[in-house]
Amino acid sequence: MSEFVRGLRLWFAPERIREEGDTPDYRFSLANERTFLAWIRTALALIGGGFAVDQFLPGLAWGIRAGLALGLLAAGVLCALRAVNHWVRCERAMRRGEDLPSSRFPALLSLVVALVALAMVVVVLFGWEGR
Amino acid sequence: MSAAERDPGLQPERTRLAWRRTTLACTVVALLAVRQALHGGSTGAGVLAVALSLLAWLGFLGVAHRRVTGMGAARPDPLSPRHALTAAACTVLLAVFAVATLF
Repeated sequence: MSEFVRGLRLWFAPERIREEGDTPDYRFSLANERTFLAWIRTALALIGGGFAVDQFLPGLAWGIRAGLALGLLAAGVLCALRAVNHWVRCERAMRRGEDLPSSRFPALLSLVVALVALAMVVVVLFGWEGR
Repeated sequence: MSAAERDPGLQPERTRLAWRRTTLACTVVALLAVRQALHGGSTGAGVLAVALSLLAWLGFLGVAHRRVTGMGAARPDPLSPRHALTAAACTVLLAVFAVATLF
């Protein structure tokens, strides 16, 4: 937990990350940046999905539509925040010459996406009609 | 860095394209946000919502532009935490806006 808090403080004290260890080869930093961007794109896709569910499925009952949209949007927000956190941790690990951090997040995200997909299957099978 | 030590992996180029892809994704989401806001009619809240989502988009665009131009250097600087945080914050802002208009 304290590791998490220290990571969180690094978010807001950008200069501190430069004080640790040595600057890695710029190619590794760029690779880390691209991973960060891939996660941001994933977050944007989830958020876009949330907007799309809300805008393009007006026939769905309000509760189901809001639930699906909220699930996708929450996953998107988590994804974006986690992208920064993971990027900071990787950057620090590279500077210190440590192993890159491992993460449970991809498994968690795939579970959420699977749940949303399952909910969609149920919605399709048992009718869309809302009032 | 001498020209002989050129990077065979085209890392700056790939990173630049990654920023462009991400900007494109952000633009799509911002357009969906504007569409959502306009759908509610031109009320005060609707105008505010359009302005906020455009602000988030512009914030993202600013960071992306800085990075894309920065990739031209022989040894591009690493992404600064402030830029990373801004990009993520703009993404979160769009999601918060979506939640706010859901109800």
